[in-house]
Amino acid sequence: MYRDYVQFRAFSRRAVLLGGAQLALASTLIGRLYYLQVIEADRYKKLSEENRISLRLVPPPRGVIVDRFSKPLAVNKQNYRVVMVAEQTADLEQTLDALSQIIQLNDYDRRRTLKEVSRRRPFLPVIVRENLTWEEMARVEVNTPDLPGVTIESGQSREYVMGETAAHVVGYVGAVSESDLGNDPLLEIPGFRVGKNGIEKAYDLVLRGKAGTSEVEVNSIGRVIRELNRDEGKPGTEIVLTLDRDLQQFAVDRLGQESGAVAVVDIQTGETLVMASTPGFDPSVFSQGMTEAYWHQLTSDPKGPLNNKVIAGQYAPGSTFKTMVALAALDSGVVTPDHRVFCTGEVALGDSHFHCWKKGGHGSLDMHGGITHSCDVYFYDVARRVGVDRIAEMARRFGLGSPLGIDLPGERPGLMPDTNWKLATTGVPWQPGETLVAGIGQGYILATPLQLAVMAARIANGGNGVVPHLSRDLLDHDRTGPRAGPAFSPVGASAAALKVVQDGMISVSNDPHGTAYAARITEAGYELAGKTGTSQVRRISKAERLNGVRKNEDLPWEERDHALFIGFAPISQPRFACAVVVEHGGGGSKVAAPIARDVLLETQKRHPVSGPVAHGEPDGQEA
Amino acid sequence: MWFTRQGTPHIADKLPQINWLLVFLLAAISSVGFAMLYSASNGKLDPWASRQMARFAIGAALMIAVALTDIRYILRYSYVVYATALVLLLAVEIAGEIGMGAQRWIDVGFFQIQPSEIMKVALVLALARYFHGLTPEEIRRPQVLVVPLFLVLVPAALVLRQPDLGTAVILVLVGALMCFLGGVRMWKFALAFAGGLGAIPIAWQFLRDYQKRRVLTFLDPESDPLGSGYHILQSKIALGSGGLFGKGFLAGSQSHLNFLPEKQTDFIFTMLAEEFGMVGGLFVLGLYALVLIYGLSIALRCRHQFGRLLAMGITSSFFMSMFINVAMVMGVIPVVGAPLPLVSYGGSAMMTILIGFGLVMSAHVHRDIRIPRRSTILDT
Repeated sequence: MYRDYVQFRAFSRRAVLLGGAQLALASTLIGRLYYLQVIEADRYKKLSEENRISLRLVPPPRGVIVDRFSKPLAVNKQNYRVVMVAEQTADLEQTLDALSQIIQLNDYDRRRTLKEVSRRRPFLPVIVRENLTWEEMARVEVNTPDLPGVTIESGQSREYVMGETAAHVVGYVGAVSESDLGNDPLLEIPGFRVGKNGIEKAYDLVLRGKAGTSEVEVNSIGRVIRELNRDEGKPGTEIVLTLDRDLQQFAVDRLGQESGAVAVVDIQTGETLVMASTPGFDPSVFSQGMTEAYWHQLTSDPKGPLNNKVIAGQYAPGSTFKTMVALAALDSGVVTPDHRVFCTGEVALGDSHFHCWKKGGHGSLDMHGGITHSCDVYFYDVARRVGVDRIAEMARRFGLGSPLGIDLPGERPGLMPDTNWKLATTGVPWQPGETLVAGIGQGYILATPLQLAVMAARIANGGNGVVPHLSRDLLDHDRTGPRAGPAFSPVGASAAALKVVQDGMISVSNDPHGTAYAARITEAGYELAGKTGTSQVRRISKAERLNGVRKNEDLPWEERDHALFIGFAPISQPRFACAVVVEHGGGGSKVAAPIARDVLLETQKRHPVSGPVAHGEPDGQEA
Repeated sequence: MWFTRQGTPHIADKLPQINWLLVFLLAAISSVGFAMLYSASNGKLDPWASRQMARFAIGAALMIAVALTDIRYILRYSYVVYATALVLLLAVEIAGEIGMGAQRWIDVGFFQIQPSEIMKVALVLALARYFHGLTPEEIRRPQVLVVPLFLVLVPAALVLRQPDLGTAVILVLVGALMCFLGGVRMWKFALAFAGGLGAIPIAWQFLRDYQKRRVLTFLDPESDPLGSGYHILQSKIALGSGGLFGKGFLAGSQSHLNFLPEKQTDFIFTMLAEEFGMVGGLFVLGLYALVLIYGLSIALRCRHQFGRLLAMGITSSFFMSMFINVAMVMGVIPVVGAPLPLVSYGGSAMMTILIGFGLVMSAHVHRDIRIPRRSTILDT
C-alpha cells in the first residue's frame, strides 16, 4: 500500500507538472494570437484586402470628333461580339459548330478561339467574333439556350462617318503598339485603341478620357466573385473642329479622280474649313482589321492615298510664288510698281536662255501686268534685281520653309532656299541662274498646299501672321486648356506693296487678260482673287523647246505639270484663303483655278461674309 | 464505496458516474467544428458538416459504451488493441508499397480507417498497461525502458514512412510523456533529449524533400511567398485580418476565396480565427484547456496507475495535437500536417478521439477499482 501511495504521489506531482507545462505552452499560442490579431492586425487586414480585391479598368468612351456645326466625323458605335466561356460548355468544338450554323465563323476565328481557350483560364471569356451586325447578334441571343458558354458582349468601336472624305484630317485609331506604351493604365486593356493619325493622334490624350475602375472580389485563382465598387471614369472630351464637313465633301467631290489637295482657311482666325486630300482611304480598316490586299492597294498607289497632301505634300509653288517675289522687291524698294520689263519670250543669262511660258512674249509690262499675265520674263528680271536672299526672307514671313504648327501630326516643312542654304547643303555657291528659276517658283523651292493657303491668307489679311488650326477649342501645346483668341502679329510687309500684289491677284481672276479669267466667278454677289501656278516636274530639253514643247496631255501622268492655284475671297472684304494643288494636273489656270473657284464660291455661299463666320447650323443649307 | 472489489456494478449505477461535463465540453468543441465546416462549404451542410455530425453521433455513442466498460477488460485487451493498430499500420505500409505513393488509410467500403489515428490511442493504452505493471523500484532499472522504446519507435517509424511527420511527432511526444508520468527518472529524459538532438542530422536524411522544404520554409516563410511559404503566409494573413472580433460567420474572405489551403482540415483554426477573431480563437483554446484540466483531475482522482496514465495520456495526446495544429497555422512551428482534434474534418480522428475519451471516462467511472499489478489475477 505504501508503494502505491509513493507511486500516486510521484504521478500526481508529474501529472500536475505536465498539465501546467502544457497550459504554459498553450499560453504562448495566446500570445501569438494576440500578436497576429491585435498588434499586426492592420497590416494583415491590408494584405487581405489586397488579396481579395482586384482593380479592373473600365475603358471610358472615346471622345467624339465633330465639325464646326457639330456634325459628327468620328463617333463610337455599339459593337457586338460573341464571347465564349470555356468552362461553361461541355464540348467546345460542338458549341463552335452550333455557333457556326447561326453566324458565319471562318477557320481563323475558330483556330484563334481554340488557341485562346487553351492559353487562358477556363472561366475567362474569349472573344470568338467581333463586329456582329444587329441581326447576327439577335440570332445568337435567341439561340443561347443551345449554345452553352456563349454570350454576347457589347463594346464600342470607332466609326468614321465621313469615311475617305475626312480620313486624313480625322485620322484613325489602332491597336496599342510598343511605342505607345506610357503610364496610362488604359493602354493595358486588351483591345484598347489609341489615335494613330490625324486629330485622333493629335488629341489622343483628351479623346481617351480617364479610365474607370471596377473593384471586384476575386478568389485565389482570379475568378471574379462579385463587383464591389464601380467608378465609370471620365469619358473622353469631344473635339470640335473648325472643319466644315459638307464643304470638305464638296472639295473632295470637286477634286474627283484627281490626286490633289484643297485647303481653305479663315484669313483672320486661321480656322481651317477645308483640308481635302485625294485619293483618300477608309480609316475604319485600321481599327477593325486591314486586309493584305487593301494594304497593298494603299501603299502601291502612285497617288499616295495615305498621304495627307495638304500638310505633307511638297510641291514647287510655281507662279503662285511670284506674289512673294513681287512683295520682296516692292517692300525692299528695289523696284517700284511702275518698273517695266519688255518680254520677248525669253531672256539670256550667260550661256543659258530662260523662257517665258508664252512663246513670243508679253511685250512691255509693269508689276500689275506682270502678275496678271504671270509673265516669267518679268519676274526673272525682278528676282535678279532683288536677289534670292531677300525673296526667301519675305517668303518665310509668309509661312514658307518651315512647319506652320497646325495641330495635326505629320506636317512637313517645305523648303525655302537661299544662298547660305545652298552652300551649306551642296557645298556649291548659289548660281545667278538659280535666282531666276526661283523667281518663278521653281528649282529648290517646295511648299505644302497648307503653306500656300496661309501665304494667300497673309497676303489677303494685310500681312498678319495668321496660323492655321483645326480644333476650335484646344490649341495650346498640351491640348488641355482653351485656346487663346487669335492674336497674330504682323509679319512685316508694307501695306503699299501688299496692295499691289492684292490688286494683281484680283486682275488674275477678273481681268480678261488674267490667267484665271476663264475660272472667274460669274454669279452675282460672289467674287474671288487668285494666282495660278504651274510647276514643272521634268526638265524641258533644248531640242524639245525647238521642236515645240510637248503638251501635258501627251505626257505620261507622272511627268505632267502640277497645277496650282492660290486665292482669296471675297475681294472687298477678304475672309477666306484657298490653295489648290492638282498633282500632274496640267496647267494651273485650266485645272486648279476652276476647282478653287468652285470651292471658294461654295465657301462664300455657306458662310455669308457679312457677320462672323458661321458656327452652329448654317441657314437653309442643311435640312 | 458504491461497489465492491469483485462486484461488477449495474449500468444504472454507472451512468450517473459518467463525466457529463466532459461530454458537454467535447460536444462543444465538435460543434465549433460543425459550424466551421458549414462555413467552409459556403454555408452548406454538404459535404462536410453533415457527415462530421453523423460521425460525432456514432463516436459519442461508442464513447459512452467504452466509458461503461469495466476498466479491467480494457487493461486486459490493451496489448491486443495495440497489436491490431500496428498490424493495420503495417497493412497501410504494404498497401502503399504495392500501390503508389503515400497512403494513410484503409478503405473499408463505407468509410476509411486511418491506422495512425488509432495508434495514438493504442500507444497510450499499451504504455499505460506496461507502466501499470511496474513497481517504482522496477522502473529505476534502465532495461525496463527497452519495451516502451519499441512500443513508441516502431509505429512512429512506420507513420514517418507514410510520410506523416505530424503524427510521428505526436506519437513520440505521447510516448515520452507516458514514460515521464510512469516514473522514469528525469536524467534519462535528458539523455534521450541529447540523443535526439544528436540524431537530428541523421533524421534529416530520412525526410522527404517536401518535408525538408517545409522546415526550411518555416524558418523563413517570406522568402518564398508563392511556393511552400504561401500557405503559412496566407494563413497568417487570414488570422491577422480577423482582428479582435473577426469578420463574421461565413464572411472570412481569405477562407471563402480559397486563399486558405485545406480549410476544412489542417487550416480550420485559421478560418475560425478569421471569422470570429481573437475572441473566437481564445474561446476554443479555452475549451481545450478545460478538457485538459478535466483530464488531469480525473487522473488525480483515479486509484489505479492504469487509469491515471490512461486519463493523462489521452488528454495530453489530445491537447498536444491541438497545440501542434494551432502552432502550425500560426507559423510558430513548421507545417507538419496535423488536424485540429474534433474540429477538423476527418472520420478516423473523430472516432478515435471520442473512443479515447471513453477510456478516460471509464477510468473515472471505475476509479476506485483496485487493479493488481500483474494481470494474472484479472481472470475472475
